[in-house]
Amino acid sequence: MLGKIIVSLACAGAISAAGAAPYIPASGAQVLERLPGGLDPGKRALQGLRTALAADPHNLDLAGALAQRYIEQSRRDGDPRYLGYAQAALAPWWSQPQPPSSVLVLRATLRQSTHQFAPALTDLETVLQRDSGNSQAWLTRATVQLITGDFAGARTSCMRLYSRAPELVVQACLASVGSVSGQAAASYDRLRQSATARADSPSAIRAWVSTLLGEMAARLGRYEEAEAHFRAALALDAADSYLLGAYADFLLDRGRAPEVVRLLKDKTQADALLLRYAIALKAAGLPGAAGASADLAARFDAAMRRRDSVHQREQARFELALRGDAAAAARLAKLNWAVQKEPADLRILAQAAVASKDPEARALVRGWLNTSRIEDAGTAAIAAQLGSGA
Amino acid sequence: MIARCLLLAALLLACTLPAQAHKASDSYLNLAVQGQRIDGQWDIALRDLEMAVGLDANGDAAITWDEVRARHAAIGAYALARLKLSSDGAACALRVTQHLVDTHTDGAYAVLRLQGDCPAPVTALGVDYSLLFDIDPQHKGLLQLTHGAVTGTAIFAPDARSQLLPLAEPSRWRQFADYVRHGVWHIWIGFDHILFLVSLLLPAVLVRHEGRWQGRETLKASVLDVLKIVTAFTLAHSLTLTLAALGALSLPSRLVESAIAASVILAALNNLWPLVHRWRALVAFAFGLIHGFGFASVLADLGLPQGALVLSLVGFNVGVELGQLAIVAAFLPLAYLLRRGLFYRRVVLTGGSALIVVLATVWLAERALDLKLLA
Repeated sequence: MLGKIIVSLACAGAISAAGAAPYIPASGAQVLERLPGGLDPGKRALQGLRTALAADPHNLDLAGALAQRYIEQSRRDGDPRYLGYAQAALAPWWSQPQPPSSVLVLRATLRQSTHQFAPALTDLETVLQRDSGNSQAWLTRATVQLITGDFAGARTSCMRLYSRAPELVVQACLASVGSVSGQAAASYDRLRQSATARADSPSAIRAWVSTLLGEMAARLGRYEEAEAHFRAALALDAADSYLLGAYADFLLDRGRAPEVVRLLKDKTQADALLLRYAIALKAAGLPGAAGASADLAARFDAAMRRRDSVHQREQARFELALRGDAAAAARLAKLNWAVQKEPADLRILAQAAVASKDPEARALVRGWLNTSRIEDAGTAAIAAQLGSGA
Repeated sequence: MIARCLLLAALLLACTLPAQAHKASDSYLNLAVQGQRIDGQWDIALRDLEMAVGLDANGDAAITWDEVRARHAAIGAYALARLKLSSDGAACALRVTQHLVDTHTDGAYAVLRLQGDCPAPVTALGVDYSLLFDIDPQHKGLLQLTHGAVTGTAIFAPDARSQLLPLAEPSRWRQFADYVRHGVWHIWIGFDHILFLVSLLLPAVLVRHEGRWQGRETLKASVLDVLKIVTAFTLAHSLTLTLAALGALSLPSRLVESAIAASVILAALNNLWPLVHRWRALVAFAFGLIHGFGFASVLADLGLPQGALVLSLVGFNVGVELGQLAIVAAFLPLAYLLRRGLFYRRVVLTGGSALIVVLATVWLAERALDLKLLA
């Protein structure tokens, strides 16, 4: 115990010293920063596109392609700077009242990623009024509606994809909605059959579908199947930060923290992954938990200085699992719940409600469990502790 | 000891090194305004500067200090072209005085030390910020603006590039309270002043009778003696403190510091071989003049705000007196209780004074000869 205290003190000291004072490096050869992507050929291709766009900044196709690449990069790495670069590529059209449809879809995607859901939906409505056959707009609309808990709307958007998008994409869209709104088992089975039938789909789509199947199976309590889906997804794309986060959550739920430590050891740049890594260190009783936690606190402080609220879900988990501040967790989980309503948002709200006994959080969880008819073994077990009183 | 250090080093290695975060782009701009002058520091991420001006000269995806150094001129020019400060509509000239580096949660930053001069004392600072907005519209400039004891913040974004930031005058009362605090603090950490006062106060509960010390009969007599000494010391150092702070008088600080040490020696020696007893108030006054110069040099280091010179001076002086009163309040009751015993005369008065003489002699040697004897 004493050792643990000393480690945490030493780590806290090491971290606070890191930003202590500006300095002049001792040697000219000292490496101050390693650029993300390193010498990856994909990064070269991006730079090529950038240079081409700089020479011809009003080229809509070029700008759209570059923005698309940056958005994908941001999703993969969990690095928000790429979202800014994507927005910059669209600068000539960004502030227009009626930008071209391709820009509107990308603008909606960027707005969604900074949790501006209402403006994102407005952009998509505009596109769909112009062209009701724009499948990308329907899919993005379904995603936003699903995140914000508008399941009826999301289902309608998914239906509009029929015959406009690949069969597997349509099924993934519909199953994502059904899985959290009362048809968990049927949605899972249908998507699994679809994935088997369409095994020739592009690997990016298969990786996405495998991740979805893993999450669905885990919520149904079919843990061995979930494990197999997550592993299949990792075999297709071992670096996707959303997938890593989802699999880490699955492992943490199953009491397999040491595996999470191994999985995420070198992937802590994304706050969401550092959070899971720190929770895993703590759960496994390994040294470094306090250091990782202090590091995470510094990152949340930095985000709050720029008034970012995109990570309130993670911050609530941080407060509850690492700081043990149930009241702060409940406050953040409620703020987050006002914005997004995915299973993970409900999970942290329920955990914070149990720990803090916050009546409002308890009422929100109970109400949602009743009206949405979501089936999630993990959340149900937590909600059982809410008791029956108000 | 070595084993303990090794253990600590091993434990440190066990911690995760702070991994760089993936974070949206921010720059950290700190500006401190004093009159016409602006001092600042601007931290800009190397990763952002790589996008803006190019740092990675050899294209190996690792940025070294040499590569940054080679681009200092470009970094300075790029940054200064995107930050315009103004006062009353007139531009403030801004330049980079030093280039450093630092680390924030998301990696290494170039640190630019800035200095600016405005045509007139600033009452409201106009800030026009456009760093990186063309490259990354989600970039934000996080400003911390300091004026006196007041710090405000502002966030610059593409839709909030230009902001006029009125400088809050710190409240008079707050300023006064700050200087009172400085005064108390200076007495508290100024052992030479405390020891001088204690040396003069030690005999206050005694009286000289036929070449021997005797306890005073009444508390009233002791209090009166203390009052005379403290009042004389206060009057004297207030006088020189005021004159020196207003620039009417000045003495070299080495001379002042040495003389203060000498005053402590003499005051303590006078307890061992009494020359003056009844006139200790006069001694307090004479040496108090010297101590006032010592206080003034502290005040000069703190800096007196132009707008509230007298207020701060009075505040500092009040603080010094409060500190003194606290010492007297702690000393007098105790000394009065102990005054009749042999312990007080032998151990406290004689032993204490001897100790003070030794300590002050070391100070005198240090200050007069510019040596470092005590750590």
